Amino acid sequence: MLEIKDICFERDHKKILDHISLSLEEEKFYVITGPNGSGKSTLAKIIMGIVKPDSGQILWNGEDITSLGVDERAKKGISFAFQQPVRFKGITVFDLLNIATGKKLNKKEACTILSKVGLCALEYVDREINASLSGGELKRIEIATVIARNPKMAIFDEPEAGIDLWSFQNLTEVFKDLEKESQGITLVISHQERILKIADQIILLEQGKVKQAGSKEDMLKLILQEPKCCQRKESEHE
Amino acid sequence: MNDTDKRLLNEISDSETQKVDAYNIRKNGKSIDRKSNPFVQILPKKDNQGIDIYVKENTLLSVVHIPVILTESGLTDVVYNDFHVGKNANVIILAGCGVHNDAHKDTEHDGIHRFYLEENAKVKYIEKHYGEGSGKGKKILNPVTEIYMKSGSSMTMDTTQIKGVDTTERKTIGVLESNTTLVINEKILTEGHQKAKTIFQVDLNGDNASTHVTSRSVATENSYQEFISDITGNAASYAHVECDAIIKENGQVKAIPKIYAKNPDANLIHEAAIGKIAGEQLMKLMSLGLNEKEAEDVIIKGFLK
Repeated sequence: MLEIKDICFERDHKKILDHISLSLEEEKFYVITGPNGSGKSTLAKIIMGIVKPDSGQILWNGEDITSLGVDERAKKGISFAFQQPVRFKGITVFDLLNIATGKKLNKKEACTILSKVGLCALEYVDREINASLSGGELKRIEIATVIARNPKMAIFDEPEAGIDLWSFQNLTEVFKDLEKESQGITLVISHQERILKIADQIILLEQGKVKQAGSKEDMLKLILQEPKCCQRKESEHE
Repeated sequence: MNDTDKRLLNEISDSETQKVDAYNIRKNGKSIDRKSNPFVQILPKKDNQGIDIYVKENTLLSVVHIPVILTESGLTDVVYNDFHVGKNANVIILAGCGVHNDAHKDTEHDGIHRFYLEENAKVKYIEKHYGEGSGKGKKILNPVTEIYMKSGSSMTMDTTQIKGVDTTERKTIGVLESNTTLVINEKILTEGHQKAKTIFQVDLNGDNASTHVTSRSVATENSYQEFISDITGNAASYAHVECDAIIKENGQVKAIPKIYAKNPDANLIHEAAIGKIAGEQLMKLMSLGLNEKEAEDVIIKGFLK
């Protein structure tokens, strides 16, 4: 169980996260949604340790992990798919999957992992993670590195960002499978109705606060009735 | 050969390479072993230090190994190796220099390699440089590579220098006729107070001549590197030069690009990027459970792969 207790984060005199508290349980699929600038990505990064909060606590199965670094949290089973996947010169998909699993995989095992995100493995295992891969391919590989770790908590920061609609349609299948199979906590930051519909629980953030959280059924009604809540606020910090 | 010789040889070439049947092994300024075969003839120069290597025309595929090892401190070894590659011949040439210096005097090897490629000849040239030893004497390597390419020929040169060499100035000159391709891949890692300077000078003299130069380097601690490329397009030709460098600690890298199109149909590109390891790359690998040091090592190893 992950507990977020009274997290605050401020930059340039603007409250990005304003006293956020949440509890996330195993075997549940959570989606955090809300307008741009509502603090969704910042909250996800604070859970992973990429960003340090100004105040508040993160508890992982009762243990305070607020001061732990990214790698230490990774070792505890928390995993993070970046919104903009990173490129590496000279590092192949196979190398990255080996690092992700912490094992010496054979090509067949790497294949199995890649097929979970809909990539034809033989074409990809030896490819470098560089600009020769499309946005959709990079995104799938990013998601594969998270799934490969079999994490106790998987965080996906806007998996739909930067990929075309067709690629995204296929990606929703990956999340449907996760919802069925994962025994850990799944947390997805998303604006997409398709992803919202997979959720068990939806958390709506607005101006750095939890506006409302609840079951998919209740929350979808609220969100779809109140379209303004998801309008873009370009000038605000994400 | 003693154990040090064998170790140096292993650093600059693998065991498979050492089995090839055309080779010349040079130790401390003298050839200690040499073998030719029906396709590759290796002859000592009469008027100078070094050898002439003749690859017969139409040779389907031959492998030649010409390593140099230096274990005597205070020695300056200057050697001229000339490769004459016949028409339509296809050859792989493995060269390299391993220096072991345990004493206080400087040890220097200046290898001048000249390649003469006849029409449609194809060469893959791989060279590795390595230095070791606990002495205060410097390990200095100044290789010069000159490549003269006749119409239709192609050459790939992979050059690697990972640690151990105190001072190096590497100069590569290419003169390309029509329909030729010269690919150069360079990898350098310097540490301590090492200095490395690389100069690539390529003249594209014939239509449809092309060159691709890729340099990947890592400068760590207090080391210094300089990368100079000087490409001239005298014909309807193409060049792509890419210089990528990672700097760590107080490492310094200077890249000086020069591309000169003298023909309106020349298309010359130079890209250079120097910087620290990107924070997001470290963060991604750390999110997969590596600590910062491990993540850095993975990134550098991949970069220089």
